[in-house]
Amino acid sequence: MTEPKEPAGHRRPWLRIAGLTVGAVAFLFPFYYMIVGSLQKKADTSLGGALPSPGNLSLDNYREINAAISLGQSLLNSAIFTAGVLAGTLVFGVLAGYALAQLKYRGRGTLFAAMLLLQVIPFQLLVIPLYVQIVRGYGLSDSYLGMILPFAINSVAVFVFRQFFLQLPIELFEAARIDGASELRILRSIALPLVRPALLTATLLTFIGPWNEFLWPFLVTKQAGKQPLAVSLANYISTVASAATNPYGSILAGACVLAGPAILLFIAFQRHFVSSELGSGVKG
Amino acid sequence: MTTTATTPTRRQRLTTGLLGRQPIGLLLSAPYAVFVVAVFAYPLGYAVYISFHKFIFTAPGVSVPRPFVGLDNYTAVLADPAVRQAFLNIAIFLVINVPLTVVLSLLLATALNAAIPFRTFFRVSYYIPYVTASVAVVGVWLFLFSSDGLVNQVLGGAAPDPSWLINENWAMPSIAIFVTWKQLGFFILLYLAALQNVPKELYESAAVDGASRWRSFRSVTVPGVRPATTLVTLLAIITGANLFTEPYLLTNGGGPSGKSASPVLLMYQRGIEQGHPDVASAIGVLLVIGVLLIAAAQRLLERRQS
Repeated sequence: MTEPKEPAGHRRPWLRIAGLTVGAVAFLFPFYYMIVGSLQKKADTSLGGALPSPGNLSLDNYREINAAISLGQSLLNSAIFTAGVLAGTLVFGVLAGYALAQLKYRGRGTLFAAMLLLQVIPFQLLVIPLYVQIVRGYGLSDSYLGMILPFAINSVAVFVFRQFFLQLPIELFEAARIDGASELRILRSIALPLVRPALLTATLLTFIGPWNEFLWPFLVTKQAGKQPLAVSLANYISTVASAATNPYGSILAGACVLAGPAILLFIAFQRHFVSSELGSGVKG
Repeated sequence: MTTTATTPTRRQRLTTGLLGRQPIGLLLSAPYAVFVVAVFAYPLGYAVYISFHKFIFTAPGVSVPRPFVGLDNYTAVLADPAVRQAFLNIAIFLVINVPLTVVLSLLLATALNAAIPFRTFFRVSYYIPYVTASVAVVGVWLFLFSSDGLVNQVLGGAAPDPSWLINENWAMPSIAIFVTWKQLGFFILLYLAALQNVPKELYESAAVDGASRWRSFRSVTVPGVRPATTLVTLLAIITGANLFTEPYLLTNGGGPSGKSASPVLLMYQRGIEQGHPDVASAIGVLLVIGVLLIAAAQRLLERRQS
C-alpha cells in the first residue's frame, strides 16, 4: 500500500485507534464465536459461554455435521466448482483482458461497453431464464458444467486484467511485433510475467465468488452428492438441523469448514488485496 | 525489410478496414464475447420474452404452446399482496442499508488511511466478513440473535419480544444490518482507493487555515471522494436488489408472515418452487426497472449538485 495521503492522526490518534478497535471487535467477534460455538458439547448461549470452558469442549459437532452432509464430498464439489471458474477466468479472461487493452480490432468498444453494462444487471434476474436454458434445455442439472457455466469467466477479473495490461508501455509490444513475435507469444512471454500481481488479485477475487455462491448451485443441484458445501450446509440449516442433538453446534462446525479455506487464503495473500494494487500494481 | 511489408496490399487494407488493425484481437476475445452473449445478453432478452408469455417448465426437447399474454403476468404480479410487500421490504432494506454503508465505510476508510499501529490487522479484520460465505455467517447470526442467544442475554429486558429474526418489525432491519456488516469491507476497499487520489495539499492548506479535523473531513475528504460515493451507492443498491440468501436462511423464507421476503426470494418461490417462471420473470423485470430508475435518479441528483 502506498503512503497515506492524509497527515497521520497526530492530534488525537487514540480516538481513531479506539474507534477502529471497537469496529474490529464487531467484525471479528462473530468469527471467534463461530469457532467457540462449534466446539461446545452443549450449546451455551450465556455470557460465560462466550469463553471456551474445558468441560464443555468436544469435536462431536464436526462428527455430527460430517455424518449429515458428508463434508469431504461437499468440499470436493466446492473445489471442482471453484477450480472450473478459476480456469475459465484465468485462460479466457486473460485473453480478453489483453485484447481489450492492447489490440485494435473491430468490436472492441462494443465488448468493453457490454462488460461495463453487465455489472449493473442484478445476476438474480437472469436466474430464471438461465434455469430454463441450462437445467431444462440442456439437461445439465446435478452436473459440474451446469454449475460452472454462468460463472465461467468473471467479468470483474477481466476488468482488472485489462487495467493492468493498459499500464504496460505499448512500445514494448510494438518492438516485439516488429521482431515478428505472434500475439500469443507476446502475451505469454512479455505481458503475463509483468502482471503477476494482477493474476493473484484476480484469482483471489474470483475464488470467493463460486466458493461462497449459494443461489445458483442450489437451483442446479438436487442430489446431495453433487452439492457444494454452501448448498449442503444451507439445506442442513433449513431442514435437517432441528433433529440434531446440538443444532447450533453442528451448524457452526459446518460454517467453520466453509469459511476456513476462504479466510485462510485471504489472510495468506492479503497484501495483494489492497486498493493501490487494484489500480497500480505493475508500478511497484 | 522489404517494401511489400511496409506498404499494405489492397487485401490487407480491406481486412484492416473490416476487422481492425489487429484482427487477432477478435479471436482472443471471442470466448468472452460468446460468454457475455450466452450468459447475459440472451437470458436478459429471454427473461423479458418469458414475462410476456404463458410459460411452463418442460423436460428437455419437449415443446408445448407458450401463448403471448401481453401484460397479464405483470398485472398478476402487481395485484399480488406478497409481491407488493416484498418490494416494500426491499425499500425498507435500502433506506437502512445504503446510508449506513456509505457513512460507515467512508469513516472507517478515513481512519484506516493514516499511519496508525496495527493497520494491517485492522484492514484484514474489516475484509474478513466480505470474503466469507453468507451461508457460514448466517449460521453464527442465527446463534447470536436467537431468542435466548447472546445478544438478548446482554440486552436482558431491552431485547425485543419476539426476538429479532422472528419479529415482524425487526426482521427486515436485522437483515439490513447483517448485509451492511457483511459487505462493508468491500466498500472500505473502494473508499481507500479513492482516498489515495485526494491531493495531500488540500489537507495541508485546510490545516493552515485552522480547520478542525471534522471540518477538513467535510470540506476536503467528502467532496474528494464523491465519484467513489456514487459507485458505492450504486453497488449497494444492486447488492440489495439481489438479496436472497439472508431472507431464505436467516428469517426462514422471508418470515414472519412475509415481512422480510425479498423480490428475488419470491422469484424463487413463484418461479422454481411453484413452477411459474413467467410470473417470476415479470418480478425480475420490474426489479431491474426499479434499480435502473433509482440509478438514473441518482445521476440526475449528482449532476444538479455539481
